[in-house]
Amino acid sequence: MIPSVEVHKLFKFYGKKSVLTDVSFEVFPGDILGIIGPNGAGKTTLLYILLGIIEPTSGDIKFFGRDLKKERSSLLKRVGFASNYVSLPYSLTVEENLKIFAHLYEVKNYQKRIDEVLNIFKLTNKKRALCRALSTGEMMRLNLARAFLHEPDVLLLDEPTAGLDPEYMQVIAEFLKIKANKDGLSVLLTSHQLSELEKIANKLLLIKEGQVLAFGNLEKLFKRFGVDNLEELYFKVFSDTTIFEKHG
Amino acid sequence: MISRRRILAILLRHFYLLKHSVSRWIDLLYWPTIDLLLWGFVSLYIQQKEGSGIVYYFLGALILWNILIRAQQGLAVGFLEDVWARNLLHLFASPLTLFDYVLGLLLYSIFKALIASLLMGFLACLIFDFNFFAQGSNIFLLTFALLLFAWSIGLITIALILYFGQEAEILAWALALLFLPFSAAFYPLSVLPPLFQDIARFVPTSYVFEGMRLVFQGKDLPYYFLLKAYLLIVLYLITSVIIFWYAFKLSKIQGKLTKIGE
Repeated sequence: MIPSVEVHKLFKFYGKKSVLTDVSFEVFPGDILGIIGPNGAGKTTLLYILLGIIEPTSGDIKFFGRDLKKERSSLLKRVGFASNYVSLPYSLTVEENLKIFAHLYEVKNYQKRIDEVLNIFKLTNKKRALCRALSTGEMMRLNLARAFLHEPDVLLLDEPTAGLDPEYMQVIAEFLKIKANKDGLSVLLTSHQLSELEKIANKLLLIKEGQVLAFGNLEKLFKRFGVDNLEELYFKVFSDTTIFEKHG
Repeated sequence: MISRRRILAILLRHFYLLKHSVSRWIDLLYWPTIDLLLWGFVSLYIQQKEGSGIVYYFLGALILWNILIRAQQGLAVGFLEDVWARNLLHLFASPLTLFDYVLGLLLYSIFKALIASLLMGFLACLIFDFNFFAQGSNIFLLTFALLLFAWSIGLITIALILYFGQEAEILAWALALLFLPFSAAFYPLSVLPPLFQDIARFVPTSYVFEGMRLVFQGKDLPYYFLLKAYLLIVLYLITSVIIFWYAFKLSKIQGKLTKIGE
C-alpha cells in the first residue's frame, strides 16, 4: 500500500539552530497519527513543512507517493489543514470565508458542500455571522469545517480540540475516527489533550527538540515502554533524556 | 498552472472585505475626491492669475498619479490585509500558487485604480470642465505604463515587508512617494535641478508625465518618450519580480511566512 504521507530524513535548520533532525515516518490511509512533544519540540514546524509553507533544509516529503516539492499545488488539493492558532479573517462572514476556500480548493457544487460542512460542525445558524462574532470554539469548528470542505484524503491538525467544549471535542474525535475508518482519511494531529488523543490515534510520533524519540503503533509503544496509557508514556519518554529511539 | 477559481478566490477575499468596511470605501473614494477638489481649485486660482492652461496639467497629473498610487496600494495593501488578518498561512497552506495570488492582487489593484480614475474623471468633467478620457489613445498608453510601474513598486513593497516584517508596512504608502519628486508630475522636468534631472532619466514616470503635458497641449507624443518609459518599466518589473520571488522563497526558508502578522 502506498503511504498517504511519507517523510524521509527531514532536517530543518534556522541558521545553526536545529529545529528538526532526521525525522522520518510514514502514515497510511486510515491512520490517525498523534504528534506529541513538549512546547518547542518542532511539532507545528513539521506540519508547516508538510504544507510547503516552510522549506526544509533537506529531506523528502511525499503525499500518495508523489513529491511535494514538485507537485505542491495539485497534492495540496487533497490535503486539509486546521490550526487552533490561526483564525480566519474576522471581517468576513462564515459563508464568505468558506466560499473563498471552496474556490481555492476548486470544490465542485460548492454551495451545497458549504451547507453540508456547516451542518456537520453545527454552524448552520452562524452562516451569515461575521467571524469576529464567533467564540473560540466556534472559530475552531469553522476552521475544521474549512479543512473538510474539499473532502481531503490527508488532514493536518494543529491542536484541533483546544478551546472546544468537551461535548464538541467528543463529537469531533468521533467524526475523525469514522472518517479514518470508513473513508481511509489519514490524520496527523498535534495535541496536548493526551486522554482525547489516546481515544482516536492508532499511531504516535513523539518528538523533543526536533528529534524523534519514538514512532509507532500506540499499543506497541505502550508495551515497549511498559505503560498503560498515553499520559504515562508521555512522562516516561520526555522525562528520560537518555531515550533516543527511532522508528520503534 | 494558473487557476481561474483560485484567482477568483483572492478577488472575492478583497471584495468581501470592501463590502463590510466603510473605512475602506472612504479610503477608496474620499481621498481621490479631496485631492481633486483641493488641487483643482488651487490650479484654477493660479490659472486666473497667470492665464495659462495649468489647471488641465494639474488635473491630468492628479488623475494619473492617483491611478499609480491606487494600483500600487491595491497590490501592497492587499497583501497587508492578509498579513493583518493572519490569513497568509491559510492561503499558502492551500493549493494557491504564488502566481495565482499575485494575479488576484493585480486584478484587484486594477479595480481600485479604475474606481479612483472614474470618480476623479467624472468630477473633473463636472466641476472643472476637463474631460480626461477624451485626450486620445496616447493617454491610455501612458496610463498602462503607470499601471505596470505601480505593480513593480507594489512587488518591491511586498518583498520588503516579507523580509523586514510588519515594521516595513509603512512602505506600502511611502515607497511610491519616493518617486514623486523625480516624476515631474506637477511641474515640467526643466524646473528640477540638474542632479534631479539626471536621476529623473531613470524614473519612467518622468517620461509619462512629460508625455502627458505634450498630449494636453495637443502635440504628438514622440515615440521615444513611450519607448524609454516602457523600456525602463520592463527593467523595473524584471528586477521587482526577481526581488519579490527571492524574498518569498527566503521567507519560506526562514519560516517568516508563518510568523508575519503575529
